[in-house]
This record gives sequence, structure tokens and C-alpha cells, in this order.
Amino acid sequence: MERCAVIGIGQTKYAKRHEITMDGLVRWAAKNALEDAQLDWKDIDAVVIGKAPDALEGVMMPELSLADALGAIGKPIHRVHTAGSVGASTAISAATLIESGMYDTVLTVGYEKQSDGNATWALGGGRSGSQGAGGSFAPWIRKYIMGSGAPPEVGIKVAVKDRLNALRNPNAHLHLYDITEEKVRESPMLWDPLHFLESCPSSDGAAAMVLSNKAGVEKSPNKPAWVIAHAKRTEFTQFPGRDTVKPQAGVDCAEALYKKAGITNPRKQIDCAEIYVPFSWYEPMWLEGHLITPEKEGWKMTLEGATEITGDFPVNMSGGVLSSNPIGASGMIRCLEAANQVRGTAGEYQIDGARVALGHAYGGAANYFAMWIVSSDPDPTF
Amino acid sequence: MANRQGTEDIAIVAVAQTPSYRAYQETEPLLLMSLTNEILTETGLERNDIDFTIAGSCDYLSGLPFAFVSNVDGFGAWPPVYESHLEMDGAWALFEAIVRLQMGDIDTALVAGSGKSSPGRPREIFALQTNPYYHAPIGLDPISMAGLQANAMLDAGKATEADFAEVVSRSRRDGLKNPFAQVAKDVSVDDLLAEPYHTQPLRKHDLPPISDGASMLLLARGDRARELTDKPVWITGIDHRMESSHPGLRDLTVSASTKIAADNLGIDGGAFDVAELCVRYSPEELLLKEALALTDSVRINPSGGPLCGHPVMATGLTRVCEAARLIRKGEAGTALAHAASGAALQQNLICTMKGDA
Repeated sequence: MERCAVIGIGQTKYAKRHEITMDGLVRWAAKNALEDAQLDWKDIDAVVIGKAPDALEGVMMPELSLADALGAIGKPIHRVHTAGSVGASTAISAATLIESGMYDTVLTVGYEKQSDGNATWALGGGRSGSQGAGGSFAPWIRKYIMGSGAPPEVGIKVAVKDRLNALRNPNAHLHLYDITEEKVRESPMLWDPLHFLESCPSSDGAAAMVLSNKAGVEKSPNKPAWVIAHAKRTEFTQFPGRDTVKPQAGVDCAEALYKKAGITNPRKQIDCAEIYVPFSWYEPMWLEGHLITPEKEGWKMTLEGATEITGDFPVNMSGGVLSSNPIGASGMIRCLEAANQVRGTAGEYQIDGARVALGHAYGGAANYFAMWIVSSDPDPTF
Repeated sequence: MANRQGTEDIAIVAVAQTPSYRAYQETEPLLLMSLTNEILTETGLERNDIDFTIAGSCDYLSGLPFAFVSNVDGFGAWPPVYESHLEMDGAWALFEAIVRLQMGDIDTALVAGSGKSSPGRPREIFALQTNPYYHAPIGLDPISMAGLQANAMLDAGKATEADFAEVVSRSRRDGLKNPFAQVAKDVSVDDLLAEPYHTQPLRKHDLPPISDGASMLLLARGDRARELTDKPVWITGIDHRMESSHPGLRDLTVSASTKIAADNLGIDGGAFDVAELCVRYSPEELLLKEALALTDSVRINPSGGPLCGHPVMATGLTRVCEAARLIRKGEAGTALAHAASGAALQQNLICTMKGDA
């Protein structure tokens, strides 16, 4: 098996981007990633793109219309769609193109342009009166709170922490300079227990990575982020006895990931994590759901400040999905920000000496999971 | 880049497909479930024995975002499975499955493609594949694009309307022997040419039917393939290539991306017993035959091809299934399967295969 590394990273500013086309967004991110890798379009062997449902923008199978902007003419290009987990699934799909030995250098791009449509309508199955994604997750969050004994301020604390982190990230959509726990608590209740400010925004934007093999890394001017392990798992959306708080697919995905990476104590051996947290409570839920901490302990990590940028297990240093949510890109941003950390290119939100980082996304009815571990060291030992 | 799309270690060990239905009244997961069960029964495997599953389908056909999420019900996901999904024809899912198996750490992959076109109006829906700023607002649909392509071929003197009718006459006649065909008929070229135009110069029979359906295959690596079947169909190469979305930037009288893929795979157009081509509009066969340099000894679309049944998102993967089935039956030793996406053959995939000599 060939080794794969991230050698270039590119992002757009996340916001409502009325002034730029979809073609422009994806090309912007791709061009930035190529510049970071100091490569040109001709150096790319294949392109992999990902995004959430086509109904969000009303463009069907967009690899066809975006191929020109992505320099994919005459090349292989394919498009991944695994609901909210798609950005991470796309990165993993691209990594396998390298690891299989089929291609030397691959461009991967995730994007969404939510302002072109109505995401809540589309996410609700294209029907009016949609409950929205938060409406689907809120009952499971309530179940988590009841089962874990977590106090109500946990979600509020996550909402504030991620927005404060976002102030360090110029690409983040939300820059809420005056965010406080009080403001989150006073914001409208959308889906009990989720306040408006505990929910992700609707963003436009694109994220891109250039991936290459060992030979590509040797020629690359900047530091690589080695892909140490990746894993994906899916389960049914509903069945009697399904654990909706800690889905088995999320547990299996984490176990497969850590095993491949040689990780036996994720909390100690992973330096920082970018976890898909579209609604505040999913931070403690995934800390438990992905075996980073035992059950009923996740919320304590949050309350004790362990997940703050100064904590012992920083989570969502970039501001996370709570600060920018171009859905189809959001999972890729998690993977890409994990890579930024181990390359030492995370700027104001850099964790000093980060060596091993986790990128994570989930989707659907919390029944799709995709995760990867990257490291500055091609063969980290723990 | 060197050609590394060749492989001789990965085989198709089972294939299954539904008939092409004009309107399948049950759900898409049910289409898939019947095929999953067929493949598990044939190979004696349990669901848990399959290492990786990947499917191709399209939300827009059923007008339901996340339609593919329910499809998981059709191929099973408990205990949780290692699985992925492409919003593309299942043939591209086959590509990713082959890539994944090439990594060498897993041995089996289930590949599916499924689609139901009957709930919507495909001609209107597929116009949304075009550039959203320049083309979609004028409703540039695939049938119009196929008409423009046919006209370009006629203008260039590369074909006549009788050539198109020849393709249809042969395909529809071959479809009579295909139990999965939706449209089949013994009809002469003269009778076809007497029909009125639909989208000039195309007549209705130059177009594929509107179909619902699914297809599926199981891949296995090396020794595992030989354990699962005594008739493995070895994948000898796979490649796919894209062209511009701007028709004005393309020469519509050739299939440039098909030729790039064929050249990369080092294909000898005379080396196949059979070619199953994704001929959605009859003129496309002439373009593909030329791009692949297929000689007259190569039997094209013995199944009747997409002109006899076009279950969108499964049409390409079905070509692979049809070709593999002929090899498994001993009616062919080598085969080429082709899949296409987008209007006027914008994106093309080639997969070559052979049986045990």
C-alpha cells in the first residue's frame, strides 16, 4: 500500500457568498491548495469532489458542470455523497486513490452554496414544514442529557468556546465578538434544549486538499500531514433498540480507526481534534460516542475546559461547524484543519507541537461516520 | 502518468440485475434488496462477510434529498457496515470499489447502482445537470444535446440517419433475447426511417426508454475470488475521463474522453469478443466504436443495450454485469464495458475484463 499525505490546503472565506458562482468557489479553494503545494493543474492526476444533496442548490450531479473550473477536463473526476459526513468521506475516497497506487497526486474538494437555496427545506426531505436537522437531533440530545446527568450549561459552554475559537480563524463564517453564555441562553429556543446560538449557521464555501504519495511529499516544499488511518461506518437509520445517543456505527468506526493508527488511549495519544459538532451538545456526545472518554464523562471534559484551545484535548480549534457550515465542505474542513494542526499551519489557532490530530464527520440520522487521523510523523509511535 | 489502472487480481464473482421496468411500483430499496439476496444466495455469503459496500444513485430522480440513505435498507447495515455512496452511475462505484480493493487489506466489495426515473419527468430534471448560470435556465436537456450531437455528425458526413436506424434495428432485435429488456422488437431500418422525427434528426426509437431498475455485482480479490466462484471474471483495467460542460468547447463528432481512457488503458479495439456500450442515443454507438477503435469482429451490445432499457444510475453498471454474464456463460472470453454520464457523452468510463483462459 502506498502512503498518502496532505501536501496542499485551500479554503475560501465562509459566509453568504452572493458575489461568486459555485464554479468560482470550488476553483478558489482548489487554486489555494495548489499554490500551497506549489503545483499546477497539470500535476493533478484525478479529482474527487463531495457535497451534500443536489437539492440544496438545484444543480444535479455537479461534477459535470464544475469539471471545467476544477481543471478536470480529460481527467478522472468522481463525486461522493454520504450526507453530512460527505466531506470526510470525500477526503477518504481521495486518499484511497493514492493508497491504492493508482494515482500520484489527487485534488479533492468539498463545497456547498447554501445561499442558492433553502437548506432547511432541502434537508427536510424537500417537503414543507421541515423540522430541520436540529429537530431530528434534539430528542437524542435530550436523551443524552437525561442519561448522563449533564447540567444544562454544557451546550452553552460549547457554543461560546467554538465561537471564541472562530475569532482566531479569518475563514470562519461567524465572528461573534460579543458572544457570552448569557447571550446564548437568551437567544431563541429552536429545538429544546438547542438555542439559536447553539446551532450551526448556513454557509457558502469550499475546502480543498492536494494529496500525494511518498514521492510527491519528497518534492513538496511544505510540511506534509501524513494520513495514518481512516475509517467509515454506516448503520440503518432506525430499528428497534437502536442506540441513537451512542450509535454502534460510531463506536465501530472509532475502534477501526484507532486500531489502524495504533492508538490505544485516544485522549492521551491524540493531540487535538476537529469533530463535527453542528449542534453544541454533540461535542460531549461524540467524545463519548467515539471512545475518547468513558460514558457520562464527555460533558465533564467540556465543563472542565479540557476541550478549550488551552485544554489537554482541544476540540474545534478553528471554530468548528458551529462557526462555519458549508455542509458538503464541513467534513472536509474537519479533516483539513486536523492536517493544518500537524503541519503547523493553523495560524492563530495552532496547538503548539501538535503531532497527531483527528478529523471527523457524521451524517444522516447520525448513522454515517467518517474519520481520519493525520500526523506530522509518517509512522508515529505511541 | 503511467498506466496503473490495470489489475488482474480483482474479479467479478457474481452479478445480478432487475428487469428494466417502465414504472416499478415498489421502492428503490426493494429493488436493491432482491439483488443483495440473490448475490448472497449465489455465493453462500452472509451480509457480514462482505468487507466494503458502495452504491451509486441519484437523489434528484425521486425528488427526495438523501434518498440514498433509505437504499442502505436494501443492502443491509446491521451490524454496521463499511460503506460509501457516489451520486453517480454505479459504474463509478465499481471504480472506487476496485481502487479500494487495490489497497490489498480487504477482499470483497459489493457494488450497486439503482434508479427510478418513473416518478419524475427526466427530460426536465436532467436539464439541471447543465451549467446552472448559462444552460439550465434555457432548459438544455440531454435529448436536445443528443440531437445537436447527431446533427454535428450528419453535418460532418460521419453518419447518416440510416446508420442511426441500423443501430436501433440491431439493438431492439437483440433485446428480444434479453429477459431484462423493457423495449424490444424485430423492426427493419426502412420501417424505422419511416417514423416521424422526435427531436430532429432523432426519432423516438433513437432515444432510450424511461426505466426503473438496479444492478449489482460482487468483487473479490485473488484467492478469495476463486473460493467464491469457479467462473471469476477478472478486471483487466478501468479508467474514466471527463469533458467540458460547455458544448461549444467540445468537438461533438468524436468522443475525446473515451479515447483518452482507451489510450491510457492501452486498449486494442480488436481484442474483445464483446463490447457492452452505454448507447443511450443511437448515434453514440458510432462515436464510441470509433473512439475505442472497435473492429467489426467485436459484438456490440448483445443485450440490446440502453436502447432496450435505461435504468438511470444503473445503466452503466448494467453494461458491466451484461458483459461479465457472457463471460461466465462461456459466450465470450474477453469483454469491454462502457458507462457514460452527462449529456452527449460528457463523461465516459471503460472497464475491461476476461475469463479464465
